[in-house]
Amino acid sequence: MGERKIRVLIAKPGLDGHDRGAKVVARALRDAGMEVIYTGLRQTPEQIVTAALQEDVDVIGLSILSGAHMTLVPRVMQLLREKGLHDVVVFVGGIIPQEDIPKLKALGVAEVFLPGTLLEQIVSTVRQSVKRPLETAE
Amino acid sequence: MTTREATSHLEEALARWEEQTLKPTLARLPERAAEFTTTSLRPIQRLYTPLDIQHLDFERDIGFPGEYPFTRGIHPTMYRGKLWTMRQFAGFGTAFDTNKRFKYLLEQGQTGLSVAFDLPTLMGLDSDHPLAEGEVGKCGVAVSSLEDMEVLFDGIPLEEVTTSMTINAPAAVIFAMYLVVAEKQGADWKKISGTIQNDILKEYIAQKEWIYPPRPSMRLIVDTIAFCTREVPRWHPISISGYHIREAGATALQELAFTLRDGIEYVEWCVQAGLQVDEFAPRLSFFFNCHNDFFEEIAKFRAARKVWARVMRERFGARDPRSWMCRFHTQTAGCSLTAQQPYNNVVRTTIQALAAVLGGTQSLHTNALDEALALPTEFTAMLALRTQQIIAHESGVVNTVDPLAGSYFVEKLTSEMEQGCYEYFEKIDAMGGMIAAIERGFPQKEIQEAAYRYQQAVDRREKIIVGVNEYVVEKEPVEVPILYIDESVAEIQKERLRRLRARRDNAKVQRALEALKEAARGTENTMPYILECVRAYATLGEICDALKEVFGEYQEPPF
Repeated sequence: MGERKIRVLIAKPGLDGHDRGAKVVARALRDAGMEVIYTGLRQTPEQIVTAALQEDVDVIGLSILSGAHMTLVPRVMQLLREKGLHDVVVFVGGIIPQEDIPKLKALGVAEVFLPGTLLEQIVSTVRQSVKRPLETAE
Repeated sequence: MTTREATSHLEEALARWEEQTLKPTLARLPERAAEFTTTSLRPIQRLYTPLDIQHLDFERDIGFPGEYPFTRGIHPTMYRGKLWTMRQFAGFGTAFDTNKRFKYLLEQGQTGLSVAFDLPTLMGLDSDHPLAEGEVGKCGVAVSSLEDMEVLFDGIPLEEVTTSMTINAPAAVIFAMYLVVAEKQGADWKKISGTIQNDILKEYIAQKEWIYPPRPSMRLIVDTIAFCTREVPRWHPISISGYHIREAGATALQELAFTLRDGIEYVEWCVQAGLQVDEFAPRLSFFFNCHNDFFEEIAKFRAARKVWARVMRERFGARDPRSWMCRFHTQTAGCSLTAQQPYNNVVRTTIQALAAVLGGTQSLHTNALDEALALPTEFTAMLALRTQQIIAHESGVVNTVDPLAGSYFVEKLTSEMEQGCYEYFEKIDAMGGMIAAIERGFPQKEIQEAAYRYQQAVDRREKIIVGVNEYVVEKEPVEVPILYIDESVAEIQKERLRRLRARRDNAKVQRALEALKEAARGTENTMPYILECVRAYATLGEICDALKEVFGEYQEPPF
């Protein structure tokens, strides 16, 4: 038996080019031993879900600082359901008003990380969230 | 006593102090940390003395304000003569919404306007473009055509206010819209004043809102600078920006060095295009960030003036003293604000604003307390402006020029910043200039590395952020009301665009766009052609797409 690495897709949906957070989080998850794929900027929800499917990820982290989260996140969640990716855990990070957090969680988002969140908290939350078994038969 | 004797006397005195006074204290009470560092993780000594600045010559390195090398400020009297311009960045929703906010800010005593555009506008996309969905009017105002620009400045006399517009990739088009609004108001282009950011290099480096590849983008910038020199002489055609470089995670030194090196690149391109350096250099302006570390920031601003003066005089041979002056706008650091206990952000912003003023800024934007959560409300925007007014009228720091000059610490830091800058210039020059450095990802990688190091220092609690990794509260004691932009903005914009496209003379629009493409393929200045497109009510997206056909689009290589 070997331990499979957690696979994470870090994605920047929409037009926002602020990628500091996405890149710092990607690197922290990588340093914590996870496999991290970063999509690059300006990905549509369709591109993100296709990448999640192709890369067989456990987790998607969506980074949005532009205020477009209530348009982009519901679409990603809907596409995940349509593709049958029920086990993929979704996190959102960025500038998100408090009142939108319960709405995003109601859509199935596992957690919302605001500016100032510590990396250790993101790493441990991601690690605990993974639904698929990490033990693999060799 | 000779200088050498004085130095050796001082060295002996310092050694005595260390032995007799410091050592017993450290034995009894060790310092709180092994190393003390700035926000940029630069090590700071326990004590600074004349020994640290003995390489400096007062007249050569510090000198007098309003004179080369301008370390102490670009004006001889600084804020005794005129306070800085209080310029709060604002923009959201439709042009109607933002016009109302502008009028409110002017009534509150703000002295200049500063326009924030939404992401579709920044990317050269109309509000009805599929990629604009969910983004219209969110982090700025939506401007898709001259019609929107007319609404944005309705009732605001453009000869009387100065306007700064944060627009980059499509800057030439948005500027043309502003000029046509001025024309329609009967304002004289020779009298209007303001700034377009128009700095594409920092987009590739940090903010990443580009359209075209670097070289055609540089050509558009040279076109706007050349056009302004002839037609709009009081306008600042570029604001060479470190703000976004810092927000992306750069250190204070990296912000300074990359920004000034970008400035060098623009000057080189303008000179190669046949402009005389003293024709356009007096209209170049800069835009810096002001973060939490008080003295490091002040040193950065003082070094900026000194380095730029030397670059312009020695590297480019500029003769007009106005060409040597680094005049700049400052914004307090958005990335320093926390979503946790947001009212603490007022205090952070005050410290940063004070540093910007002590650094000798020409204009200032203070962030509102709620900006880690959303756009500012009317109340928080006013509080941010009041912060500047209190510094200006109550703190007393404006009463003398460059009050921190001569501080062993501040002068030493200023000198280190200056040296660090020249080291980065050498590296980038050796790579073949800033565009070559960007293409190989050099500044991008430096910034990513610094951002990660800083976050790790926060995670390890080597850097304390109040309310984030120390003094944390379980339940936020206060709720902050949020400015919410809903999708009705997008609907209004789509409808306005539909009507505009039906009403205007579409054949005239097509002719203007074709003429622009023809000019873009050649070497003519594109500005007059862009102005014709705008006058015909071609939309922002249509004009940017026409240029895309000729110039292509930028794809960021993976680093």
